[in-house]
Amino acid sequence: MRRGTNGGAEKEPGMSRVRVLVGTRKGAFVLEADGKRDKWDVSGPHFAGWEMYHVKGSPANPNRLYASQSSGWFGQLIQRSDDGGKTWEPVGNQFTYDGVPGTHQWYDGTLRPWEFKRVWHLEPSLTDPDTVYAGVEDAALFRSTDGGTSWHELAGLREHGTGPSWQPGAGGMCLHTILLDPSDPQRIFVAISAAGAFRSDDGGTTWQPINRGLRSEQLPDQDAEVGHCVHRIAMHPSRPKTLFMQKHWDVMRTDDAGERWREVSGNLPTDFGFPIDVHAHEPETVYVVPIKSDSEHFPLDGKLQVYRSRTGGDEWEALTNGLPQSNCYVNVLRDAMAVDSLDACGVYFGTTGGQVYASADAGDSWAPIVRDLPAVLSVEVQTLP
Amino acid sequence: MIRVVLPAHLRSLARAGGEVTVDVDGPATQRSVLDALEASYPMLRGTIRDHVTQKRRPFVRFFACERDLSHELPDAPLPDAVATGAEPYLVVGAMAGG
Repeated sequence: MRRGTNGGAEKEPGMSRVRVLVGTRKGAFVLEADGKRDKWDVSGPHFAGWEMYHVKGSPANPNRLYASQSSGWFGQLIQRSDDGGKTWEPVGNQFTYDGVPGTHQWYDGTLRPWEFKRVWHLEPSLTDPDTVYAGVEDAALFRSTDGGTSWHELAGLREHGTGPSWQPGAGGMCLHTILLDPSDPQRIFVAISAAGAFRSDDGGTTWQPINRGLRSEQLPDQDAEVGHCVHRIAMHPSRPKTLFMQKHWDVMRTDDAGERWREVSGNLPTDFGFPIDVHAHEPETVYVVPIKSDSEHFPLDGKLQVYRSRTGGDEWEALTNGLPQSNCYVNVLRDAMAVDSLDACGVYFGTTGGQVYASADAGDSWAPIVRDLPAVLSVEVQTLP
Repeated sequence: MIRVVLPAHLRSLARAGGEVTVDVDGPATQRSVLDALEASYPMLRGTIRDHVTQKRRPFVRFFACERDLSHELPDAPLPDAVATGAEPYLVVGAMAGG
């Protein structure tokens, strides 16, 4: 189904376009607009009824998209599109851990064997449309170099030594963040809930925890090497050693590729939350969505507010223009925020209430693109010529 | 010819309109029917049975002739009515909302 909203979007010659890829609990949606970002075409639901944890396009070929499709009944599928999401083809869905998987901690401290459940995040290579990484639950990193047809675990992560002490967060023991360093093809960052952040400097063969500076009250050793519930990490491509982290509680920052983190929560009204992202052109401008607490996954006082720091953290301002400021009790999940790279940076996020909000002015004002989708799991944006 | 009825999500995935039919070599068993089904519709691999263990996914059930065959051995013969195509073999998503 394809329908226009607000009269539909028409391309103006020479004007960039944006394509927003939305994964929801019951299907995927593709939202497209021209550079003004005020009139949107909405297509979907694609894969109606399936959980779409993530949809993401290849930076090397924007018409190549990958989608994670799953269901409690029928398991995991990976879909691939070569026409920007108009048509899709199921590709490989066999995710087999390398060797005999060991055990990890369960919620109650007992040991559980690793068991594949789903793909949370797909990260296409920056340079090769056929290479894509998959972050899965139970936590592991897989890679395909044939367009998703076959998948192979980068087992050095799971087997580097701390794996038996990893434990699931409330959403499961998921590898949810994959960051590829544009300046160094051998460097990969990942984050796992609840294990922490990890870095490879050799293309994914060997890994080390990078959690120094994190403190978590939920751990018996609050500054343990692993066990931290990292919710999301973001990087600006021009400064790949600077990472911003939304942890379970605390917003953190590192400037040395994770060797040391420091807290930059500053004046945030609550530093619990899920997504975090960086402005496309301002590496010190960061966005978070504060959530009341770990047991109350909704905004403070029923007011949906994005917070922006223009100082790389510590000092934050509330962005409220166009967002509901009463009786709003939605959540914004970890993969549900993205930015475009137009001159006036666009910022997008989706809610568990089914709204996808867009700002065409770096967060100063917001408007919903759609209001009534199923719960939004992920939002990605492509900036198209 | 064996008739197989798939749940709606798997029909969509297989781009199959209604019932699908498969031919099996040798005795008609759940294993041979599912092998033939996955050979004709490779996108169904992993959605009904585990890729490696070949065990039925927990929320999938197999019915035929008003009987639940989910817990039968995979190499046990299917009822004659299924083997002859008089009755379909049903792959069913377990009754669980969401």
